[in-house]
Amino acid sequence: MNKERRKRKTSRIVIFVILIVLAALFISPILIVLINSFKGKFFISETPFELPNAETFVEFENYTGGIGKTGFLHAAGWSFFITVCSVAVIIIFTSMTAWFITRVKNRFNNMLYYLFAFSMIVPFQMVMFTMTKVANMLHLDNPVGIIFIYLGFGAGLSVFMFSGFVKSIPMELEEAAMIDGCNTLTTFFRVVMPVLKPIAVTVGILNTMWIWNDYLLPYLLIGSEYRTIPIAIQYLKGGYGSIDMGAMMAMLVLAIIPIVVFYLACQKYIIEGVVAGAIKG
Amino acid sequence: MKRHTKRYFPIFVLPTLVAFTIAFIIPFVLGIVLSFTEFTTVIDAKWVGIKNYRAAFGNKEFLNALWFTVRFSIVSVATINVFAFLLALLLTKKIKGTNLFRTVFFMPNLIGGIVLGYIWQLIINGVLYHYEVTLTFSPTYGFWGLVILMNWQMIGYMMVIYIAGIQNIPKDVMEAAMIDGARPLQILKSVTIPLVMPSFTICLFLTMSNSFKLFDQNLALTAGAPSKKTTMMALDIYNTFYGSVGSEGIGQAKAVLFFIIVALVAFIQLRITRDKEVEN
Repeated sequence: MNKERRKRKTSRIVIFVILIVLAALFISPILIVLINSFKGKFFISETPFELPNAETFVEFENYTGGIGKTGFLHAAGWSFFITVCSVAVIIIFTSMTAWFITRVKNRFNNMLYYLFAFSMIVPFQMVMFTMTKVANMLHLDNPVGIIFIYLGFGAGLSVFMFSGFVKSIPMELEEAAMIDGCNTLTTFFRVVMPVLKPIAVTVGILNTMWIWNDYLLPYLLIGSEYRTIPIAIQYLKGGYGSIDMGAMMAMLVLAIIPIVVFYLACQKYIIEGVVAGAIKG
Repeated sequence: MKRHTKRYFPIFVLPTLVAFTIAFIIPFVLGIVLSFTEFTTVIDAKWVGIKNYRAAFGNKEFLNALWFTVRFSIVSVATINVFAFLLALLLTKKIKGTNLFRTVFFMPNLIGGIVLGYIWQLIINGVLYHYEVTLTFSPTYGFWGLVILMNWQMIGYMMVIYIAGIQNIPKDVMEAAMIDGARPLQILKSVTIPLVMPSFTICLFLTMSNSFKLFDQNLALTAGAPSKKTTMMALDIYNTFYGSVGSEGIGQAKAVLFFIIVALVAFIQLRITRDKEVEN
């Protein structure tokens, strides 16, 4: 028995060491970018794995230069504005829609449900060109109009997930509220919405991750006038393939910081949300 | 309740439905129609039958992109799921610091594709510099670069799904297997893997569809270089639309084919793995 236990203990230590090494490997790409963001732009491509020294260290030059070149602060503002507004709009409207089409059963609502579900498997390229044209015609090609487009595009997954959740909650609660004199709207916001909270968190996180990182849709729709963070970074590449590596490193670091902060702040919800989203989606 | 509630359709459904119609339904139907026409601005479309589809199938770049995408998807789906499952096994052994490891492994998943592409461009070019070549020297480098990038991004994500699956296995089943004297490998093969089959279904589906639809990472890491040999399908469609004037019809036909392929692959894959799931 003693031997057995010792054996198990050594195997645990081995696993622990393997995990430490792997974790270091996983983090290192980000650390390498961080290190290089403090080096002069000509010292990056060739020796990315060396720490900055007296010759190569440039303090925050890459940051100030990069921010100026890309308009990063504006881009961060637009990214933030578009993500927060779109996610809020998506949560409110798709939860209402999902509840309605699940509770009021008729052929039309049933068809809507399947249409929303169907839209999830359609790749963006299928509607990329036509959607951009339609949005241009309707003058939705601005930071407010794009929120509406995100509502339409995010509707598939979000309605699908809310519907799945609504099906699992009993109707008695809502019926009691209505008998007590609530109308449909107050019933929804006072009684149903609080019950939907866990799934709303999941839907919110999935949409936040998508919209914050989305490149192509905002690029095609508003990219000529407004940049979001991914657009600002891609913009550094320019037309001729030569990249200011210093500015690039600094902007990558600035792009990663908000994500890491968001992640560490609501890590539990994010991992749970993503797992729940994957299982239900 | 029902009759009363029905009247609220305009408030509850209409906003989402209008947005969905404008952003998805109209563009989708229009996209199918336009794939049979020649056009540059949507309004000037001329019916040309299946000419665009013929052109797409005769287009070397498209076929090359399709082949590259298929190879890439097979390799990355296999590697990601093997590594993710192994990590999940290690992280369900009640080792110290499990939560911290989970946090670290999952994090790359939150970083956007464009940022990921440039991070790995730096690192891979830094390694290749010792051999006096760059990432865009040969399509093989681009291929494996994308595989490594995808692994880094998605292993943690799939890992948390597998962990959830493993933790859902009823304890008594495990105990029964141990009392019967099953060895660890036997338990893995006859208990763990069959019982986490639903997780495999989800993970294979997610990795497969993400690999097929990959765009941002492809654009940032190689942008198709050298000479469009590392262009995947989504990027090829984008290039057809915006790279040259006059080939919008062909681009749209490629997009429809892309949609059909993605839908077919998803359907077939779900059919196969669902069949292997057992009731528990």
